[in-house]
Amino acid sequence: MITLTSLFSTILFLLLLNNLLLLGAPGIAPLIRLTAFQGILLAVLLLGMDHALLACAIFGIKGALLPGLLERTRRRLATTDEPRPRLHLGAGVFTGILGLVFSLWLETRLPILPHLFPPLLLPTALTTLFCGLILVVGRATAISQVIGYLVAENGIFLLGAPLMAAGAIWFELALLLDIFVAVFVMGNAIGHIGETFDSIDTGRFRSLRD
Amino acid sequence: MSAPTAFLLQLALALVLAPLLPGIINRVKAMVAGRHGKPLLQTYYDLARLLGKGEVISRTTTWTFAAAPGVSLAAALCALALLPLGGVPSPLAFGGDFLLAAYLLGMGRFAVMLAALDTGSSFEGMGASREAAFSALGEPALFLAFLTLTSLSLDLGRGVADAGLDVRAAFSLSALFNGDMAAFWQAGRPELLLAPAVFFALLLAENCRIPVDDPTTHLELTMIHEVMVLDHSGPNLAMIVYGAALKLWFFAALVAGLLVPPLPLWEHAALSVLAVLGIGVAVGVVESAMARLRLTRVPHFLGVAAALAALALILTQAR
Amino acid sequence: MLEALILLPLVAGLLMLAVGNAGFCRVLLPVTGAGHVCLSLAIVAAVAGGAHPAALGGLLAPDALGALFLVLASLLFFAASIYAVGYLREEEAIEVRTCIHDGRPFTNAPERRFTACLCFFLAAMSLVTTTPHLGALWVGIEATTLSSAPLIYFHRHRRSLEATWKYLIICSVGIALALLGNILLSVAFYAPGGAGELPVLADDIDSLGWFVAHAGAAAPPWLKAAFIFLLVGYGTKMGLAPLHNWLPDAHSQAPSLVSALLSGALLNCALLGILRGHQILLAAGLGDFSGGLLVFFGILSLLTAAIFIVGQGHYKRLLAYSSVEHMGILSLGIGLGGIAVEGALLHSVCHSLTKCLLFLLSGNILARYHTYSSYDVRGLRWTMPATGALWTAGFLAVAGSPPFGIFVSELIILKGMLAEGAWLVAALYLGALAVIFVGMSVAVLRMVQGTRPLDMPARLRSRREPLWSILPPLALAVAVLALGLWVPDWLWRFLETGARLIGG
Repeated sequence: MITLTSLFSTILFLLLLNNLLLLGAPGIAPLIRLTAFQGILLAVLLLGMDHALLACAIFGIKGALLPGLLERTRRRLATTDEPRPRLHLGAGVFTGILGLVFSLWLETRLPILPHLFPPLLLPTALTTLFCGLILVVGRATAISQVIGYLVAENGIFLLGAPLMAAGAIWFELALLLDIFVAVFVMGNAIGHIGETFDSIDTGRFRSLRD
Repeated sequence: MSAPTAFLLQLALALVLAPLLPGIINRVKAMVAGRHGKPLLQTYYDLARLLGKGEVISRTTTWTFAAAPGVSLAAALCALALLPLGGVPSPLAFGGDFLLAAYLLGMGRFAVMLAALDTGSSFEGMGASREAAFSALGEPALFLAFLTLTSLSLDLGRGVADAGLDVRAAFSLSALFNGDMAAFWQAGRPELLLAPAVFFALLLAENCRIPVDDPTTHLELTMIHEVMVLDHSGPNLAMIVYGAALKLWFFAALVAGLLVPPLPLWEHAALSVLAVLGIGVAVGVVESAMARLRLTRVPHFLGVAAALAALALILTQAR
Repeated sequence: MLEALILLPLVAGLLMLAVGNAGFCRVLLPVTGAGHVCLSLAIVAAVAGGAHPAALGGLLAPDALGALFLVLASLLFFAASIYAVGYLREEEAIEVRTCIHDGRPFTNAPERRFTACLCFFLAAMSLVTTTPHLGALWVGIEATTLSSAPLIYFHRHRRSLEATWKYLIICSVGIALALLGNILLSVAFYAPGGAGELPVLADDIDSLGWFVAHAGAAAPPWLKAAFIFLLVGYGTKMGLAPLHNWLPDAHSQAPSLVSALLSGALLNCALLGILRGHQILLAAGLGDFSGGLLVFFGILSLLTAAIFIVGQGHYKRLLAYSSVEHMGILSLGIGLGGIAVEGALLHSVCHSLTKCLLFLLSGNILARYHTYSSYDVRGLRWTMPATGALWTAGFLAVAGSPPFGIFVSELIILKGMLAEGAWLVAALYLGALAVIFVGMSVAVLRMVQGTRPLDMPARLRSRREPLWSILPPLALAVAVLALGLWVPDWLWRFLETGARLIGG
C-alpha cells in the first residue's frame, strides 16, 4: 500500500538523487535528460498535491518542451562533451553533498511550521537550488548554465509548491510562461554564441572586464 | 533445531553452492549473447580437475607465493562465517565484526598481491598495483555504507539495552543484515535502497567484474585480477578460484541480507539463497549490458558509489 | 485606463512585429511613447490627488512610489524614442559596420524586432510599477530582463553577445532568488496551528496591502530571510555591489538609447522590488534590519563604484559605474529613513533624468568619434559644440555639483545622515563622492577640452549635429537644472507621500 507520505518521500528522494547525478553528469546530453526527469518528478509531486492542471503544465513545459528545446539547440550546434568544467566534477558532487548537509542543518534551525512542509521537502528544495547554482558557476558551456538556471528554479518552485493556493493558479502559470520564455531567449542566445564563437564555451568570454 | 546447527547447515550450503555463482553469471552472459555457453557446473569441474593436477612453481618465488592461496581462501572462509545466514546470527558475531570481515578480505587480497609481486613478472606487478589502487578507492564507499547501517541500527534504539550500550546487538554483521533493514525501505524510506546499490557496485569492483575488470579478457595488459594469478597452478589455483567464489558469495549475501525481509527461519533461508543466486543473474545482465570502463574512469565509478553511500548516510541521519 | 498602460506598448510592439515596415515602426515608436506619457501623467495626477485607481481586480493599483517610477520610465522612454528615430535612420545609412574593438564586420538585428522589444520593455516596466501584487511584480521584472536582452544584442558582435549572455544568466539567476524571497515571505505569514490550511485565501493574498496589514502576525526569522533573498535577487538586477558585475558590460555594449533606459528606468524598477520588501519589514517592526542591510550595500556600492571610476578609460563604462554609485546612494538614503528617504526619491528622479541625458550624449559621441576610449576623444567643444556643452552640464549634474537637482537631493540625504547621527556613514559618503567627482571630471574634461582632432575625416569634423540627437538631452538637462533651482510644491508633496510608505 503506497501512502501519500511514502509517495512524497520517494519522489523527494529521487529528486535528491537526480541532483547529485546532475552534478556528476559529464556531458550535456545526460544533463538534458536528467533535467527532463526532474521536471517529470515535479509534475508527479504536484499531482500528489492535487494540482492537476499545474502538474500537466509542468509536465508539458519542464518535462518535455524545455528539454526538447535544449536538445534541439545541442543537436544544431553539434556540441560534444563539456570542454572542461571549471569546477571538477567530483568537487561539484562534493559541494552538492555539503549543500545537502547545510540545508538539513538549516531546517533544524528554522522555526518549525507544522503541516506546511512534508518532511524532507525544505532540504530537498534548497539542495536543488544549490545544485543549480553549482551548475551555473561550475560548468563551462552555455547550455549547462541554462540547465543550472532551470534546476535552481525547480528548487524554488518545489519550495513554493505547498504554498500554492488554488485561487492563484494564474500566477503559477505566468511564472511557468516566464521560465519558458527565459529558456527560449537563452536558447536563442546560445544559437548566436555557437555561430559567432564556434563554441558555446563561456570560458571564452573574457573580453569585457576592467 | 538450535540456532548454531541451523547456521552451520546454511554455512555448509553456502560453501557448496558458492562455485555455482560464477557458473550462473557466465551462463546468463552467454544466453544474452545468444550462445549456449559453458555448463552451469563448470567451476566444480575446474576445481576437481585442478585438484588432481601437479604444480609448477617458479624458482624465483619464495614462501609468500606458496602461502598466498591458502591465506586468501582462509580469509574468505572466515569472513563468510561472520555473516548471518538466513536470518540466523553467526555464533562468532561481536560488535564491530564488519571491520574484521572487511579486513579479512583485505588480507586475502594482500596475500595474493604479495604473491604476484613475488613472481617478479612485470605484468603481475602491474595487476597488483591496479588491484591495490581500486580496492583502496572502494574502501570509503564500503565503510560509508556500513556507517549508514550502523547509524540506523542505533536509531532503532537497539544498542541501548537498559543503561549500557550493547554493541554486539547494534554493530555486528548479524544485527545489520538479518532483514530488519529490508522492513524499513518497504515502509517508505527509499534512501535505504541506496545501501544495497552501493554493495552491489562494490561487488562488481571487488570481484573483478565488468565494468571494473573483465574476467574473460585474454590480454595481460588489460587484466587486473586474472593477471595476478597467472603463475599459480594445480591445487593452489583451485584454492584461489574457490576463494574468489566465496568472496563473490559474501558480497552477494550482503546485498541479499538488505533486501530480504524478516521471515520464519526456513523461508528466510530459502529466500536468501534464491536472492544470492538472483544477484548472480543480475551481475550477468550488467556484464552483458555494460562495456568495461577505461582504467582512468574506474575511480569515477567508485566515487559515484561513495557519493551514494554518503547520501544514504546523510538522509538516514536527517530523519 | 491602467490596463491601457500595459496594453498600449504591447499592442504597438505586436503591430511592429506584424507590419515590420521601418517607416511605420519609426512613427509608431514615439507615438506610443507620447501616448504612454499622457496616460501615466493622468494616473500620477490621480494618485497625487489621493485617488486609488485600480484595475483587473486589484492586480493593477499603483501607489505613490509605483506612480513615481512609472512616470519616470514613461518620460525617459519618450525621450529615448525620439532619439531612436534619428538613431535608427543613421544606423540604416551605415554601409559597413565594424566592431570598434576588433574591427570585425557585424550586422544589426532586424529593426522591427528592436523597436518591438523596446515597446515590450516599456510594457513590462509599466506592469512592475503599477502592480501591488508581489508575484506579478516578479513576473514583470523577469519580463524586463527578457525583453531588454535582445536590445543589448542589437549590434551583433562578440562583445555585445558576451554582455547579453552575462546579463541574461546573472539577472535570471538573481531574480530566481527573489522568487525564493517571495516564497519565504508567504511562509512567514503562514499561521501555525491552522490545521494545515493557509490562513485566509482571499483574492488579495500576496498583494502588498495584505502583507503590510498583517505584518504583525508574521514570523520574524522567515521575514528576515525573505528580505535577504529579495535584496540579493532584485539587488542583482539593480546593480548593487558586489552583484553589479554584469552592469558595466551590459550598459556599455548596448546601443546608447538602450543604455539610457536600462540605467534610468530599469534600475528604478528593480529598486521598487526591494522597496516592497522594505515596506513589509517596516510594517512588521523590522525596519532596522532591512534598513541596516540597505545602508550596508549602499555604502559598498558607493565605494566599489568610486574604485572603478577612477582611471576608467571607457566612457560608457564610466557612466555605468556612476549608475552603480547612484543606486548605492538611493539604497543608502532609503535605508537611513527620516528625511533621507524624501531625498532618495528626489535623487531617483534626478538621477534618471541625468543618466538618460548622459547616455544619449555618449551615443552622439560614439557615432562621431567611433571609439569608446575617453583618451581618444578630444576637442568635443570644437567638433560637437552642443553635445560638448550638454556633456559638461550632465557631468556636473551627475557628480552632484550645484545648481543641478542631484546636488539638492544629495544634500538632503546628507542632512538625513547627520540627523540620524550616522557620522561614519556620512564621512564615507562624502569621501566617495569627492573621489568620484575627481575621477569623472578627469575623463569628461579631457574629452571636452583639447585641440581639434585633426586626424578625424573632414566629413565628420565639419558635420552639424542633428536636432533629434540634441533635443531630448537638452530637455532632460533643462529639467534637471530646474529641479536644482526649485522643487515644485506638488512634486515635493508627492515625494513625501511616497516616502511615507517607506519610512520617511
